[in-house]
Amino acid sequence: MSAELGHAALWMAAALAILQLLGGALAQRDAQAPLAALVRPAAMLQGFLAVFSFAMLLWVFAITDLSVKLVATNSHSMKPMIFKLSGAWGNHEGSMLLWVTVMALAGALIAWLEKRLPEKTMQATLASQGFVAIGFYAFLLLSSNPFERLASPVAEGNGLNPLLQDIGLAFHPPTLYMGYVGLSVAFSFAVGAMLTRQVNPEFARVMRPWVLGAWVFLTLGITAGSYWAYYELGWGGWWFWDPVENASLMPWLAATALLHSASVLAARDALRAWTIMLGVVAFSMSMLGTFLVRSGILTSVHAFAVDPERGSFILALLAIYIGGALLLFALRAGSVSEGQRFAAVSREGALVFNNVMLCSILGIVLLGTLYPLLTEAFDVRVSVGPPYFNPVGAIFTIPMLLVMAVGPLLRWREDNIERVRAPIAIVVALIVTTALLVVLASTTDVGVLPLLGLAIAVGLSVASFLPLRGRNLLRTPLSIWGMVLAHFGIAVSLFGMASESAFTEEKLVAISPGETSQIGGFAISLESVDPIAGPNWTAMEARITARRGEGAVEVLRPQSRHFFAPVQQTTESALLTRWDGQLYAVVGAPSPDGRWQLRLWWKPFVTLIWYGGLLISLGGALAIVGRLVSDIRRRRTQARDDDEREELESLRQSGAIPAGSTT
Amino acid sequence: MMRWTLWAPLLLFAFFLGLAGYQLFQPKDEFIPSTMIGRSLPEFSLEPASEARPGVTLADFKDGTPKLLNIWASWCLPCIAEAPHLEALNEAGVEIIGVAIRDKREDVDRFLATHGNPYSRIGSDEISAIQLEIGSSGVPETFVIDGNGVITHQHIGDVRADDVPELLEKLREAAE
Repeated sequence: MSAELGHAALWMAAALAILQLLGGALAQRDAQAPLAALVRPAAMLQGFLAVFSFAMLLWVFAITDLSVKLVATNSHSMKPMIFKLSGAWGNHEGSMLLWVTVMALAGALIAWLEKRLPEKTMQATLASQGFVAIGFYAFLLLSSNPFERLASPVAEGNGLNPLLQDIGLAFHPPTLYMGYVGLSVAFSFAVGAMLTRQVNPEFARVMRPWVLGAWVFLTLGITAGSYWAYYELGWGGWWFWDPVENASLMPWLAATALLHSASVLAARDALRAWTIMLGVVAFSMSMLGTFLVRSGILTSVHAFAVDPERGSFILALLAIYIGGALLLFALRAGSVSEGQRFAAVSREGALVFNNVMLCSILGIVLLGTLYPLLTEAFDVRVSVGPPYFNPVGAIFTIPMLLVMAVGPLLRWREDNIERVRAPIAIVVALIVTTALLVVLASTTDVGVLPLLGLAIAVGLSVASFLPLRGRNLLRTPLSIWGMVLAHFGIAVSLFGMASESAFTEEKLVAISPGETSQIGGFAISLESVDPIAGPNWTAMEARITARRGEGAVEVLRPQSRHFFAPVQQTTESALLTRWDGQLYAVVGAPSPDGRWQLRLWWKPFVTLIWYGGLLISLGGALAIVGRLVSDIRRRRTQARDDDEREELESLRQSGAIPAGSTT
Repeated sequence: MMRWTLWAPLLLFAFFLGLAGYQLFQPKDEFIPSTMIGRSLPEFSLEPASEARPGVTLADFKDGTPKLLNIWASWCLPCIAEAPHLEALNEAGVEIIGVAIRDKREDVDRFLATHGNPYSRIGSDEISAIQLEIGSSGVPETFVIDGNGVITHQHIGDVRADDVPELLEKLREAAE
């Protein structure tokens, strides 16, 4: 019954999305059209129904209703509850339902809360949101129904891919989706603004919290995904330039560019067409990512189902939405005036430069990701990896980071580079000193990119706090703190990445229990290897002790797990975290002579990569709160002024104050 | 501003659409074939997985006639889907030897009672030992073994109706 309720709610939500589109479209011709008043309520009810439908899916997974096909193929009665629930979105149909749920929820929120824009623009925005939603409802209901029943229930489910039975991954997809779909709101605002030709600072201010929110979730999702790949795949790496990883990075790059250009538009009324373009591109990248992941058109370690039918459905949606928005852009952007001008050396100048850099990096990642698709058309199989992405990306990343250190210190509109000479000198000195120190102090050969990374990270970490110079820290707006923190997070993360690639030690040993080895100043000893059993797996667990100098003896327990539903072998790495890095151990296969393969890494400061990611998200969150608070304050002042004016007006009319006098 | 630059994004996107649309319908081989093809089965001996049929040893494959080795399990949904096609192969005179992966005897019996039993022998591989040794990574998979116990063909995934003639052809080739 729950499955049918969920299914019915989905159909009704789809119908409401159509109503939302029609109402919004009619309102563009006639603001008094009877359907126009229904646009906002339709969006809100649609949000509620989608959430209800998703709740029903969670329910059938929670009770392991094996007559539902999706449950039978993706769940198992013996799984722990948390993985039963996360199994609801750990598959194609469920994750698409999660996608439309988040999208409908976002639409409901703007319909409910957003009152700043002209009503006509809002209706166009909601119509666009409804239009996008219709496509995804159609996709769900016609080709990927998550509530489909089996003709006869099965006795037991197939289980969830064991790699996905991990707490980190239970929360990674929803986080990323909130990011992806949050960008759909920016997309709808951009389309709404283009339709009604209302591209102005107010539009940027309304769009900004949504972009920031989506960006915070994307940052968190990417950070969590990277850490998951790092400890779960057991390869010791944290970023593989895999198509699916790139699919999450590209919207992040576009959203980063968008939130900065929206700031320029909000503060200075410049970069109008550019901001609109980025609004379209950011969500396009989200949909493109979904297409690449879900169609299986590119070979990826994430190995999702390959399905040309679904692939072509999503491709058709891409054609309609991205193609439509780009067409609208081509037709309308010419009539959007450029807005205010500014000098090259100015806050806007720096932001524009970095916007161009971000878009170049985006272009490079996009090209590298799609290149195999292009060559395969000529029957050449290539794999584009770090040798392409790292150096080519660095060409644009390094200037961007340098400008990022200085940009926030510049004034809006026009500035003199002489004015910021002192801070620039400090940052340059720091970068040069760090580079020299690393070259002189390191015993091994440090690559050029890691060296530059370390040096710039140190310079940037100091530079990111310079905007606070000369300010009263207690009265500094939260949004400034957010920017400082986010920029500092970039520096922290960069330091972790550079340190990891410059100084990691790796060792592959085959030792018997009782024997010892050495890595990164740790004395390693394999104590024993024992079989153990979990709820749906068995494993060989190694007991390894590690001791640095005269410090305490620590125990690591890496496992080689064998899941039986479905049958799959996974490695569970063991990590020992210290303030200055992580010891990473993986147990491999036994050899016939009773020795075990151990793979050991010492990764200095690797954890900073993810701490940096958290700092960036925190910075974004602070900026949202800051913007909302100042917005509420502005509205209150506005309301008070209006009240006073009204009062004055009424007094005037009653004759108490002579007309023409002022208070 | 030059007007044509406004059209550039749309043109680029159209190019991508064409490419992706074309690629989407290109047949694509994602399977990793076993490196064991062309090699002999390893020495092994499996206990019977069911009362109904005897267990399996390497010697059972060395009687001169090509056979199918079907890796399956009672808990596997695609195995239910392929059951009628295995039956068809059996009716065509093919001997099918099954290996049940990580299964229980009562589950195997229930599966055979419900979905039919095309197997001449069924071994029980409780720790996927044989499965991994012959380079199979999933369930179900079907191998063509020639009369001397050499693996000549691997079919990954469930056997569908249109795979039946192909498997018969491979068996005929193995007999030559």
